[in-house]
Amino acid sequence: MLSADDNNSKNYRENKKLAMRTPQIFRYFVLSILLVFSSYTLSQEPVRIAFMDPLTGAFASIGNSGLKQLQFAADYLYNSKGGILGGRMIEIVPLDNKQSPTESQLQFRRAVSGGIQYIFQGNGSAVANALNDAINRHNRRNPGQEVMQVNYSAVDPILTEENCSFWHFRWDAHANMKLNILTDYIAANEGINSVYIIGQDYSFGQVVSDTSIELLRQKRPDIKIAGNEFHPIGQVKDFTPYVTKIVASGADAVITGNYGADMVSLARSIIDNGLDIPIYTFYAAYDGITATLGEDGKDRIRLIHNETSNPIPTEQRKEFYRAFKAANPNNDVTQPRITNALMMIVQAMEETQSTDPYDVGLALEDMRFTTIGGDEVWMRGEDHQVFQSLHISVHTDEGVEFDADNSGFGLYTEYSVPLEETIVPVNECRMRRPRR
Amino acid sequence: MLEVFIFATLNGLVTGLLLFMLASGLTLIFSMMGVLNFAHASFYMLGAYFAYSISLHFGFWTGLIFAPIIVGVLGALVERYGLRRVHQHGHVAELVFTFGLAFLIEEAVQFFWGADTKNYQSPDLLDFPLFTLFGQEFPAYRGFMIGISITIFISLYYVLTKSRIGIIIQAALTHPHTVSNLGHNVPLIFMGVFGVGTALAGVAGVMAGPVLTTFPGMAVVLGSIVFVIVVIGGLGSLAGAFIASILIGLLQSYAIASDLGMPDLLNILGIEFSRDHPLTDLWTLTLPQIAPILPFLLLVLVLIFRPTGLMGKREQ
Repeated sequence: MLSADDNNSKNYRENKKLAMRTPQIFRYFVLSILLVFSSYTLSQEPVRIAFMDPLTGAFASIGNSGLKQLQFAADYLYNSKGGILGGRMIEIVPLDNKQSPTESQLQFRRAVSGGIQYIFQGNGSAVANALNDAINRHNRRNPGQEVMQVNYSAVDPILTEENCSFWHFRWDAHANMKLNILTDYIAANEGINSVYIIGQDYSFGQVVSDTSIELLRQKRPDIKIAGNEFHPIGQVKDFTPYVTKIVASGADAVITGNYGADMVSLARSIIDNGLDIPIYTFYAAYDGITATLGEDGKDRIRLIHNETSNPIPTEQRKEFYRAFKAANPNNDVTQPRITNALMMIVQAMEETQSTDPYDVGLALEDMRFTTIGGDEVWMRGEDHQVFQSLHISVHTDEGVEFDADNSGFGLYTEYSVPLEETIVPVNECRMRRPRR
Repeated sequence: MLEVFIFATLNGLVTGLLLFMLASGLTLIFSMMGVLNFAHASFYMLGAYFAYSISLHFGFWTGLIFAPIIVGVLGALVERYGLRRVHQHGHVAELVFTFGLAFLIEEAVQFFWGADTKNYQSPDLLDFPLFTLFGQEFPAYRGFMIGISITIFISLYYVLTKSRIGIIIQAALTHPHTVSNLGHNVPLIFMGVFGVGTALAGVAGVMAGPVLTTFPGMAVVLGSIVFVIVVIGGLGSLAGAFIASILIGLLQSYAIASDLGMPDLLNILGIEFSRDHPLTDLWTLTLPQIAPILPFLLLVLVLIFRPTGLMGKREQ
């Protein structure tokens, strides 16, 4: 026990050295060091959870916003109330993977050498797939020191299908589930006769394109696919040339899975060039996007997501939002699923009185949980895919109690689908379950 | 098809002229110091962020005037107190210095402004379509961008070739010692050119911010392409940079607008591959998909067939 502790502190020093590279990470580190010390003096070792997402570069805003939400959820729900498992604090360790699969492998080694067994990761299915491989390999070779992948946002279906793993849990509806609902919605709109699909040129973008075409063909064979375009992720300076093509194609609607800067630029170009058609998206809100779209995007941009932003059904979740806003005036609760994931993991830890990912994983399987928003969540045991009600919301300033980016604009839910109707059958998942 | 062609040309011009504003400063600085300034695109980003902050309080137009001045002064200070000291240790030291500076600026921007996208908007005055063609609007702001860029190109060309200052600068570039012996303050000229070069990048940032969105990654997105332009145009050649900028702007724009790809080529050749072919990704590649790497392809070709660049004068 003693030697393990020595090892930990040595690794800790090394970690610290690495973190000095950027001031932002340095700041979080000072914070986490303080946290470590305070909890040591209080009672026991903290439960350490890594948050691995881009904290610098083109997608830094999404990563940092997610980090703040996880940090806040841990502090607000648990640390300020005496911690979990009889007094242990939750310590969030930020790891910057720069949205690169290679960098993620390095950061994963850091997490492992720091004794971390839970890794939150959400941005980029390419990264999630790489991390999935690394974690499976590590867990096979190091029984007793397994790591759990807490996927809160990477929606490539393959992660719960062909590549499903006991150590991976997904708290977001995958792309096919979301597109199933989105295409229902589009199919029901008689005014739409042709759609243009544009997306980032990697696994996720390809899935969005293939599935949309497939589903629309089934539901509304008369809808024409006016265009199916891929662009390199995070590289396009100006989307105007793409918009020119969309206009020329005569499409009535656009479907895109873009996020971050790629989403803002695309929407801005569409608006600036006077193209007045609806845009159906996955991620076109928050982190500067809502403010940038403002009045021009009103009633034109729609998102498919879980957990409504407006109206919020429970007082408890409103409280949570207000407290978050008070602590982070420039951010919003953009991904309630981060909170859901943390709460369900903590519940599993409390049930099993263990922080071992194996025990926690078993307890999570088929767990039914009610979120602070009053929404029921089911973690399916066969493939570790979460199910909960899905919503389509519109970018507007009407009926918006909780706005985004302090802009007065936000999301208002127009269309909801209950949990039961979002369920898709288990597909190609042959999970290798660890033996203990 | 005609409408796509016309708009692709206009879009290419806007991008090309924007790139030129960056490349012109970079190529001037190169011919002066013999060093590529890796932090050049970072000054472009600073321009956008300063203009955003100024526009919050005083409006867009004040930002358009003052942000480039602030960036230019910053650039001059960097030359005076940074580059000039590093200069005596040779080119490698200068290169590493500017490389580090690029990272420093990106981190500073994130530190002061945060990592999220800033809501930097074009002025209301220009918020109307300049003209509508085939049902597609061309925003007035883009017309304004073209206007400013061309004005800058013409006045820069005039100052450099016709005015007394321009003649001294040109002389200082090739014969610094002679110019110094004639009683001109050559270090001051260098500092001025560096300042003006970075200010031009600042102008580009101010104008591009509202269109291309203002976020901490904007320097990285544009950084590499500017070097490609400077090399293709011929290091140190202003006219070369102009031609290369327009060329690359149009090339990318046309490539995206076209629907051609490998399938068309294979059709012409009469070859067919099944979808299960291991190289199926290659056979289904389209021109729009590879548009962003075309400039780099062009760079390779130019380096092979004309290593001095299109208008380069440097001899081996």
